[in-house]
Amino acid sequence: MNHLLRSIAPISDDGWKMLDDEARDRLTPALAARKLVDFSGPHGWEYSSTNLGRTASLGSAPCEGVTGLRRRVLPLVEVRADFELAVEELRDADRGADDADLEPLDKAAHQIAVAENIAVFHGWHGALTGIGEASPHDPLPLGPKADNYPRPVAAAVELLLHNGVSGPYGLALGGDQYQQVAQTAEHGGYPLLEHLHKILDGPIVWAPGVSGAVVVSLRGGDFQFESGQDLSIGYTSHDGQAVRLYLEESFSFHVATPEAAVALSA
Amino acid sequence: MGFDQYHEPPEELPAATRTFARLCASLTEEAEAIGWYEQRIAVESDPDALAVMRDAQGEEFKHFSMDLEFLLRRAPAWREIAQGILFQPGDIVEHGEEAEAETFEGDGADGAGGYPAGSLGIGSLKGAQL
Repeated sequence: MNHLLRSIAPISDDGWKMLDDEARDRLTPALAARKLVDFSGPHGWEYSSTNLGRTASLGSAPCEGVTGLRRRVLPLVEVRADFELAVEELRDADRGADDADLEPLDKAAHQIAVAENIAVFHGWHGALTGIGEASPHDPLPLGPKADNYPRPVAAAVELLLHNGVSGPYGLALGGDQYQQVAQTAEHGGYPLLEHLHKILDGPIVWAPGVSGAVVVSLRGGDFQFESGQDLSIGYTSHDGQAVRLYLEESFSFHVATPEAAVALSA
Repeated sequence: MGFDQYHEPPEELPAATRTFARLCASLTEEAEAIGWYEQRIAVESDPDALAVMRDAQGEEFKHFSMDLEFLLRRAPAWREIAQGILFQPGDIVEHGEEAEAETFEGDGADGAGGYPAGSLGIGSLKGAQL
């Protein structure tokens, strides 16, 4: 048994499969960062830091005749979303009910996906630097109307090309912006989504939690998401009415090429 | 070309199982090559020939290790047992027995693609259907 303590939860094997499948179904569409940045791992729950290859000076040495440096590393962060399920719902699912109420799990899955997206695209104060805040380029305004989005997206692509950052490019669109784009057909009925795709030569992803949008190069090597423990469901406690569980992951995120992205402000 | 790596009719096997079988066959071939080079090196006296064969055997070490890593990523239980045995000092058989017991008497290796038990196995979604 590992630290997730799943085997002592009052949940059957079929019940765990149902919960894992539900979580996977909810998480996969919302995990925008993983669709655009490099991913390494998972390296395990014990994995604690990412090597940056950098050092910091030390003010002193143990004795005369030597010098010392301290390695700088990027510590992993842990993200956890707790939720609670009714025991009765799990029992009914074991009996074959196909409409078990898993809404608390769905909400936790959405929240942890939002947290991951925000951390990667906007940063996590004191913990991680996000793509948008690392970028040296001034954010380009998206403007209020979705049918004008091709202009700033094309400008962002041109800016990246001008800086020697090759494509293809991907676009992470915040929830509101994605909805507008998906609903919009430009003059002549051409779907906006298709037009943006032609400009980018890459995917347009729904990124709940992101404010505005971010254009990133997909050439690889610019943005590194390092997974310690990938998203997992663990067990906390239970009583006669409820089982308390959590979704959890550990990761670091490192921007190797800050100029390989352009933020688009809402 | 033969299709000896399949023990069951290939058309009845899922694509992932066929890939797994191909890599198992490749792993076997690399292990055989390592053994052959070991024997040739043991009897060769020409230093230039020895250097060439040592270099070639090094390639087979690499190929074997790559095949093994691929297979371990695809077989969580195998990976979990291997983690208890490989690169561990001490009694190999003892580690083997312990690793097997921990794998099959614990949570079980229910993760996907080399992920530990309990993981949802999501990993990278780059290139995934949006």
